[in-house]
Amino acid sequence: MLRLPPCSYLRPGSVEEAAELLSRHGERAMLVAGGTDLVPKMKRGQMEPEVLIGLGHLAELRAVTETEEGGFLIGAGVTLAEVSAHRRLAAAYPAYVRAAALVSSPALRNVGTIGGNLCVDTRCNYYDMSFEWRQACGFCMKKDGDICRVAPASKRCRAIASSDTAPAAIALGASVVLAGPAGRRREVPVDGLYRDDGQYYLEKSADEVVESVRLPAPGSWCSSYVKVRRRNTIDFPLAGVAVALRRSGPLVDDCRIVLTAVGSRPFDVSAAAAPLIGRELTADVLAGADGLLAEVAAEAAKVAKPLDNADLHYVWRKQMTRRAVEQAIVEAAGRLPVPTGRA
Amino acid sequence: MRPPVRREVLRLSVNGEERELLVRPYATLLEVLREELRLTGTKHGCELGECGACTVLVGGVPQLSCLLLPAQVEGAEVTTIEGLADGATLDAVQRAFMERGGLQCGYCTPGMVLAARALLDANPSPTREEIREALAGNLCRCTGYAGILDAVEDAARSGR
Repeated sequence: MLRLPPCSYLRPGSVEEAAELLSRHGERAMLVAGGTDLVPKMKRGQMEPEVLIGLGHLAELRAVTETEEGGFLIGAGVTLAEVSAHRRLAAAYPAYVRAAALVSSPALRNVGTIGGNLCVDTRCNYYDMSFEWRQACGFCMKKDGDICRVAPASKRCRAIASSDTAPAAIALGASVVLAGPAGRRREVPVDGLYRDDGQYYLEKSADEVVESVRLPAPGSWCSSYVKVRRRNTIDFPLAGVAVALRRSGPLVDDCRIVLTAVGSRPFDVSAAAAPLIGRELTADVLAGADGLLAEVAAEAAKVAKPLDNADLHYVWRKQMTRRAVEQAIVEAAGRLPVPTGRA
Repeated sequence: MRPPVRREVLRLSVNGEERELLVRPYATLLEVLREELRLTGTKHGCELGECGACTVLVGGVPQLSCLLLPAQVEGAEVTTIEGLADGATLDAVQRAFMERGGLQCGYCTPGMVLAARALLDANPSPTREEIREALAGNLCRCTGYAGILDAVEDAARSGR
């Protein structure tokens, strides 16, 4: 039996108290909500907190509320299954709900939270291994070592951003509310939560708690999320593409494209969509007739530089990134039905 | 050296029976069920949340017992495979798995049966695709899944 190392479990009375506990215990402590990312990593010795600060019991983190602006504020403790099954969210933000419904497996989504998914640890074949495997192979800079095993000349960790909901949230213009000690709060765009560094991948101070995700009014945006992986369940993304598209009459008025799992942070590559602006997405264009989608996809995927540190071959992953961009645009344009997820 | 951590009281209901246990706060529900309560029907597979062998129902909803800490199941109603049959009378899902040959080695079966039970409780007439989705987190290395899907379809029919 794989067991967790001894640690204590604290139950703060509020989000503020959780932030204060984080501040007091420093690096010895970690937050835990669903625990679906943390618990396996503790079993493999990738994370070694002595103090767990529980969030799962805090009712204040579990609400989905409509905002005065016509958007939604989703508590960080809302589960991925709850988001997947939320009809109004599915109607307004198909990319976000689809992304949540594609995370791992049904039983895991019943426990894993949307706050946890935004903060999910970056992944790498040299890091997501048991302690004994890493000890035998040699540790890497993300845990216990000092070099990158994938790219030994790299000055930074190349582990892969693996949140499915992050690219969707970014494409939809979402922000996160971060709560700190003493009632301190700040709100940052989801895009501002990440750094292109597999080791220090979150742009948040150590005593801040992700409290909620704010989705702006959906307006006339339509959106989609496409995930590439070996199996159509359980697996983390090998590439993920979120697209949000807005039309003015028949013409594309704005288009956002965000990639995940092709680097250490999600990449907003919306500039690549420029050739689509002012164009009509006719059935011919969506079928690839004049090469417009292929041109956009090739430009969007330029930033993707997969390395040999995930499932399947990295050249194939790069190729599939382009295909996923095309597919996401087609789905967002409404040519293909976008199925909503189930819990 | 880590400081010693004191055991804590955990109250929960397991298969309809109220339990009060003194457990390590870092013991998973899987360890509590198998080692404290000797309910070894819940299997340990990958123990990392990737295989579904340890699936139990918490409040009627499938969850992975290998990932749950005691604090997360405080006051919860947990159902394990031992709680499904009514005395000598098998649950319709168990019976259908037996009759349809929805198992070979049987290791994934407790988790598979519980995930199927939760599906049928929420959706008594699922399509084959809905069954596939509901069982998408439960791996089976023997059957090829066809017998399992047939069994859940049979159980749904017999429940109507």
